[in-house]
Amino acid sequence: MAALTFTLKKTLQFSIDCSALTPNYLANKSTSEIASLLILYGKNQIRVDEIFSVSGDDAQNIHFKNTSHQLDYLGANMSSGHMHIEGDAGAYLGFGLKQGTIHCHGNTLAFAACNMQNGLIRIDGNTGDFLGGASAGLRKGMGGGTVLVKGNAGDRVGDQMRRGLILIEGNAGDYCASRMIAGTIGVLGKVGSYTGFNMQRGTLLLAKTPRLNATMQNCGTHTLPFLSLMFKSFATLDTQFASISTQRVQRFVGDGACNGNGEILLISPDLMH
Amino acid sequence: MNAMLINGITIDDTFAEAFNMRGTRVIITAQNLKWAYHAANAMTGFATSVIGCGVEAGIERELIPDETPDGRAGVSILMFAMGSKVLMQQLETRMGQSILTCPTAAAFAGITSEDNINLGKHLRFFGDGYQTSKLIANKRYWRIPVMDGEFLCEETTGMVRAIGGGNFLILATSQPAALAAAEVAIDAMKKIPNVIMPFPGGVVRSGSKVGSRYKTMFASTNDAFCPTLKGVTHSELSADIESVMEIVIDGISFSDIAKAMQVGIQAICNLGAASGVKRISAGNYGGKLGPHHFKLHEIMAGNI
Repeated sequence: MAALTFTLKKTLQFSIDCSALTPNYLANKSTSEIASLLILYGKNQIRVDEIFSVSGDDAQNIHFKNTSHQLDYLGANMSSGHMHIEGDAGAYLGFGLKQGTIHCHGNTLAFAACNMQNGLIRIDGNTGDFLGGASAGLRKGMGGGTVLVKGNAGDRVGDQMRRGLILIEGNAGDYCASRMIAGTIGVLGKVGSYTGFNMQRGTLLLAKTPRLNATMQNCGTHTLPFLSLMFKSFATLDTQFASISTQRVQRFVGDGACNGNGEILLISPDLMH
Repeated sequence: MNAMLINGITIDDTFAEAFNMRGTRVIITAQNLKWAYHAANAMTGFATSVIGCGVEAGIERELIPDETPDGRAGVSILMFAMGSKVLMQQLETRMGQSILTCPTAAAFAGITSEDNINLGKHLRFFGDGYQTSKLIANKRYWRIPVMDGEFLCEETTGMVRAIGGGNFLILATSQPAALAAAEVAIDAMKKIPNVIMPFPGGVVRSGSKVGSRYKTMFASTNDAFCPTLKGVTHSELSADIESVMEIVIDGISFSDIAKAMQVGIQAICNLGAASGVKRISAGNYGGKLGPHHFKLHEIMAGNI
């Protein structure tokens, strides 16, 4: 069986809601059925084959080709299978992802991994604001799973994040780990201002010294035993984090402004390899 | 009675009677093996018999750093109780007083099962709000701030059905001979996985029978095997037997215990009758109380 492939045929004027083009939704549908599905293009509904040329039949393995940043909700609520996006993706990549893997070879807009529950998202390029955040009105963001970002991330990484793992090899913007409830975020590059703003709990792992608010308090340098377990679990992931093995970190706790018990763990640069 | 003689030592045609228990395994690690042993010895201390201690526990074996979750030296502990409730309660109490308190010690699940019991789940409240949980590779761990740094403990460990009370008796012509033989057996049996010998040094001298002449006692000394009572009770001992030692084995499965019994008895038989050991027997209650019967002849013939 060949991977079910959607190739974008034309330049888009509006965003497309791609949430129907997932393995669980397309399972057991024929190519002609898929081609005739209606999806949202701007404010209108149009047939899939007006925008994409469709080929292949393995709905557990979906490829998007010639993509653009106007493809929103790619892999939304997916509960099985694999998705490859051979280019950029729009907003809400992997929205509410429950299981399975999504690999975006390009960049994405905001709200990637929003409300994600489990599974794996890998973004080779950069991603926008609110990575792993909550959708409008919700008080809990990402609730599980793993997000790997090779490039940079925007502001508010892990805003209200509840559980799970986000590993960013590049830089992160302002308000990194803001309002974080639990889980783990790692950033190898620089982070912007207001890091850990209103952080409740959870761990932010940094490799470069951040500029912190006074409400993030320095608790000194320590050897933390759980780090050996955590870094061992990173070893299977395709990321630079897999090569970290130190247990020696400087620990900051906060945000004191909200009586938070979150932590920023700073790996000293000479312990990276 | 069919006679079985190995290297001049008689194996009685009898059986050890054993009971269903609940068991668990915990992996204890520390900065080095010395402190892992301090923690594990405290945790498995005063855990010889369920009658007075609630649980029977012991150190199963040492673990090299590659075998432990956190890559430090450690030991694995087995713990058995007559019911799940006692096991859970004893595990939490012993974790709190022996592992939480021991410098550098950490505790992890050592067995997987559908039934999980609490390891660090309630200990976390010692952290007074500063405790932190981490979900790593689908296992939940608790980090509890303590004065030496951080106490790391997995949230739960598995509980499995197990068997307790496998045993054999060593009948010898003198007390030193009986004990020396028991030590040789224990050394051999310690190499067998999934079993512990919970009594001091693995050996028990006060085997019991069911019942007593005192109304308040449910068990009392096994007079039939007491050498000083040879003339006054219905004794099991011949004139030349002066001392009897018992080895009790708890294990995860029937075959684990049978294997340990076989290895232990064989080690004694290898010493030969010149060692002073004349007979190997086993303790039972007529076969009516315990569902598991370890028949010595079948075990030594290699049929189990």
